[in-house]
Amino acid sequence: MDMNSLSPTMPTSPLSMINQVKFEDEPDLKDLFITVDDPESHVTTLETFVTYRVATQTSRGEFDSSEFEVRRRYQDFLWLKGRLEEAHPTLIVPPLPEKFVVKGVVERFNDSFIETRRRALSTFLTRVADHPTLTFSADFKVFLTAPDGELSAHKKQGPGLLSKVGRTVRAAALALRGVRGRPEEFEAMSGFIEAFSQKMGLLDKVSQRICKEEREYVDEMKELGPTHALWAELEDDLADTLGGVASCLDRCCQATERRLRGLAEALLPVLHEYVLYGEMLTGVMKRRDHIQAELESKVEALTYKKADTELLREEVGKLEDKLECANTALRADWERWRQSMRLDLTSAFAASAERNVRYYEQCLATWESFLATQSDLYAKEPPEDKP
Amino acid sequence: MEQAAPDLERPLQPAPLEPLGHPDAGPEAAVGEEAEGAPDEEGPGDRTMTENNFCLKKIEISVSEAEKRTGRNAMNMQETYTAYLVETRSVEHIDGPSVLTDSLWRRYSEFELLRNYLLVYYPHIVVPPLPEKRAEFVWHKLSADNMDPDFVERRRIGLENFLLRVASHPILCRDKIFYLFLTQEGNWKEIVNETGFQLKADSRLKALNATFRVKNPDKRFTELKHYSDELQSVISHLLRVRARVADRLYGVYKVHGNYGRVFSEWSAIEKEMGDGLQSAGHHMDVAVCRKHELMQYDLEMAAQDLASKKQQCEELATGTVRTFSLKGMTTKLFGQETPEQRESRIKVLEEQISEGEQQLKAKNLEGREFVKNAWADIERFKEQKNRDLKEALISYAVMQISMCKKGIQVWTNAKECFSKM
Repeated sequence: MDMNSLSPTMPTSPLSMINQVKFEDEPDLKDLFITVDDPESHVTTLETFVTYRVATQTSRGEFDSSEFEVRRRYQDFLWLKGRLEEAHPTLIVPPLPEKFVVKGVVERFNDSFIETRRRALSTFLTRVADHPTLTFSADFKVFLTAPDGELSAHKKQGPGLLSKVGRTVRAAALALRGVRGRPEEFEAMSGFIEAFSQKMGLLDKVSQRICKEEREYVDEMKELGPTHALWAELEDDLADTLGGVASCLDRCCQATERRLRGLAEALLPVLHEYVLYGEMLTGVMKRRDHIQAELESKVEALTYKKADTELLREEVGKLEDKLECANTALRADWERWRQSMRLDLTSAFAASAERNVRYYEQCLATWESFLATQSDLYAKEPPEDKP
Repeated sequence: MEQAAPDLERPLQPAPLEPLGHPDAGPEAAVGEEAEGAPDEEGPGDRTMTENNFCLKKIEISVSEAEKRTGRNAMNMQETYTAYLVETRSVEHIDGPSVLTDSLWRRYSEFELLRNYLLVYYPHIVVPPLPEKRAEFVWHKLSADNMDPDFVERRRIGLENFLLRVASHPILCRDKIFYLFLTQEGNWKEIVNETGFQLKADSRLKALNATFRVKNPDKRFTELKHYSDELQSVISHLLRVRARVADRLYGVYKVHGNYGRVFSEWSAIEKEMGDGLQSAGHHMDVAVCRKHELMQYDLEMAAQDLASKKQQCEELATGTVRTFSLKGMTTKLFGQETPEQRESRIKVLEEQISEGEQQLKAKNLEGREFVKNAWADIERFKEQKNRDLKEALISYAVMQISMCKKGIQVWTNAKECFSKM
């Protein structure tokens, strides 16, 4: 897994590559490849921030060129996500890495915070690119292609601040009111989301704990080999055996470190992403409920109002359509997400198990070859010439 | 030591080593292999046996069980202790059946008593060590509790090793007290105390306190002492590191066990993945190693062996010196006396000096004999130590291999579960 590949055509993780191959409707028509790399620190009088290089390769007609390279900062990603959620309230938009560093969330021993964030940002963009609907978002295109100055201008074009505030107030009021009758399928969905989030949280915690314990194990283990080597210096008859044990321990220690790195780089990010997905899903449910609540409140208004009912009826009709679309979109995206989730998680765990098998095989080989050199005692045969 | 008078020129040197034993006995019967034919006024001749000679007959000793008991101690307070069942079997023919000949219960303090007795009566022999009185290298979340089953188990093995080593030592195996330890449950303590070995131990301690550095210590002993010192520190360090590593590894396994639980819960909500998750979870649980699989006793035994060896070496190297000071005589020489008185004093002095020289010669001989035998036992011990340690290291490797194989099995199964989903 070459994280520092300079080629923009290389997806940043084999996992997402598998995703792409399996879950595009037409697998050989993947036509948009994105990488995120090269973090750079910028210091201005007001703030310090990091920008990342976002490189795109595409064969799509609607793009003016086939290659793009822009620099984006975390805020820009946040903006994009917000726009996608607004345009498609009941689609499952992928999660972004956390805004702030939460102590203990980031595995510090081999990844800096920036590196972890970089990978997560890359995953985010690739998932958007692979999503059958989100991939055609205009904001997405702008994000990928607009030269750096232009993006800020484009961002300002969104709904004004006041109207945003207005919407939030209404949303709060509706949230208070609540949804009258959630259809059963969404009730089940909501139940699943809650349980899933909880399980993911636990798995995330367990895996981080394992990393921590293994780190401490490796640290202690590092002393074992040298201690045996030290002892070997005191002995003559035993020196060989002790030296052999010492070098086995050193090799096993290195193998353990490799395994630990694999765990931190491959399994942990996946689990963490799905913890964040849990939050996304909760948001999706809320937005869906919100649309239904809007409809219900309009219907209620219609029941009690005597005049202007034509206008209201029209509005109710529109809202009914809106709800219908939202539900359908969610239903479809839900299925897609479920399949993707299952694949991601099982392959991550399978890969982790594979790494463990290889680790034990390496250690086994090391110790067995040591025993072969001690054959005179081990096999309880008369001493042979040592190899 | 001062020269008494200018014309006494024979330099009197302290014997390099002096065996301890009966303070006024002649050549110790304990020294040398002829224990059976010992002449003796007062050697431990009556403590060797010609009948049941364990070295010639094949016997098996095992410490097979441990039992909690309550009883009253010396201060008539109730206490809980562990008693160990010591069984002795004799094997008449090489592949023949073993017959249980003796079986009795002993507690740790009785083992200690036996060992202290052996230490006093066989000062030039490396007496095997006993397992620790308390848990020294404390394992994961194990308190240093003498009632803890893991601790009791380790101690049981240590006690068995102790008895087996004594039984296989060419000299120690013939000791009567040892024989009685294995065969006579009641009254044994009284018999041991009747030998008066504690007094000897006391006088030995006194003598040790009276020592000063010898002028020409035997180089071999000094080297051995250095080696022992360094070895003990290396091994203690090694055991501590191993304990910490095992602790950490146990922690890793334990946390993996949590996967099992979460997978089980997760499988309840995820229909398609349900079965796979359940079985993967089950495999994770199995991966937790039991504590004592991570422990390895042999090396600890070796460390203790060496610790006890070191102590004995210290005693050998610094030696005990029986000094007789001529100081007391000088006042008599230079006091107010007539020439005739002085003449007779000098004569007495000369006689005493000559006697002293004789004693010294005898002690020197004794010393050399002692050194020879001690060195022989040390060589024997060294070889045994090398054998034991090599075996211990190899069995460590074997243990690692079996852990790896188990790991491969567990994770291959888990991988299959995941791949099938």
